[in-house]
Amino acid sequence: MLIKILGSGCANCRKLEELARKAVGELGIDATVEKVTGYPEIMAFGIISTPGLVIDDVVKLSGRVPAYDQVKRLIAEAR
Amino acid sequence: MDVFAPLQWLADWITYDLVGLSPEGKAGPALDFFLYDVPKVLLLLAVVIFVVAIIRSFFPPERTRTMLSHSRLYAGNVSAALLGIVTPFCSCSAVPLFIGFVESGVPLGVTFSFLVASPMVNEVAIILLFGLFGWKIAALYVVSGLFIAITSGIIIGKLGLESWVEEYVYQIRMGDAAELPEQSWPERFAYARGYVAEIVGKVWPYVVVGIGIGAVMHGYIPDDFLVQYAGPDNPFAVPLAVLVGVPLYSNAAGVIPLVSVLTEKGMAMGTVLAFMMAVVGLSLPEAIILRKVLKPKLIGVYFGINSIGIVAVGYLFNAVLH
Repeated sequence: MLIKILGSGCANCRKLEELARKAVGELGIDATVEKVTGYPEIMAFGIISTPGLVIDDVVKLSGRVPAYDQVKRLIAEAR
Repeated sequence: MDVFAPLQWLADWITYDLVGLSPEGKAGPALDFFLYDVPKVLLLLAVVIFVVAIIRSFFPPERTRTMLSHSRLYAGNVSAALLGIVTPFCSCSAVPLFIGFVESGVPLGVTFSFLVASPMVNEVAIILLFGLFGWKIAALYVVSGLFIAITSGIIIGKLGLESWVEEYVYQIRMGDAAELPEQSWPERFAYARGYVAEIVGKVWPYVVVGIGIGAVMHGYIPDDFLVQYAGPDNPFAVPLAVLVGVPLYSNAAGVIPLVSVLTEKGMAMGTVLAFMMAVVGLSLPEAIILRKVLKPKLIGVYFGINSIGIVAVGYLFNAVLH
């Protein structure tokens, strides 16, 4: 699984990355978490608010840091 | 009925019965003021931020963009300013939002109406104004903020400054708008709870310090002390307040309790409102972020028009409100 965190590197993006890494660890999934920080690349996903959560090239969330449970569920569902 | 009466009762009880200070002295009223205002402001913040977060979950920026694309001058500016209040927006998203708006055909002037209204007519400022000055001042603030946002967007639109946007912005092509599922109610509540914790966690020290300084002034500085410096008759008070407000960005929570005391000591209401608007609406960090998409000339125009609007609002209310 490839998880992308979209955002230019603000506090919210780091927070979301943290949540995603924690969820991956807890679920014991073999996944890579990477950050996408360039605006053209971020916008290619069709979102205009950051942070964004993309799992295997599907946008799952944008514009907010969700509760941890939701991140965990989204990752578990995409497995 | 005053819903905060129990808080006032508790503050009075602690100050005058438990601690045993005299209501006639200086320390008594100062402590009483502090013990009443801190819980009142924090409660107001928590409740209203929760409600605002729920409302905002219905207005993702992607939807706002669709509503504004191909809108026209005037009507578009009005909708953009109104949507600016309810659309969640943080300055770290300013660049993708700007590019996204321009790419989908939102006119430049309409985009600016959104960018001006979004931080200026902000829920923390409105709640604090409501809690400390009452609904009339809060309403005046909202109406003048919207007016400035609408007017400055119209002016920028009329000036035709599209070439002052960085060229690369026009080259970015967005992917197909992501089809995100509608949030469920438990998700909205979970988000709103988290958002309250985040905002209140961030601003409470400013609130406490701001009210603390305010409380000391409330108790120790004579009323009308500021009339000669910041009263309605000093023509330089408004522009000076705006200049002082710019570097205080994002500290609305600490600044408002302070200005409520400045008003009590004789600072004119228009000057207070202009100061508030400068604190939340003229943000240097946001200007630096927007530099990635705007040429310096356009940032200058954006800041210039807003500053003039804010100063004008200050003078207007100083003349009208007494």
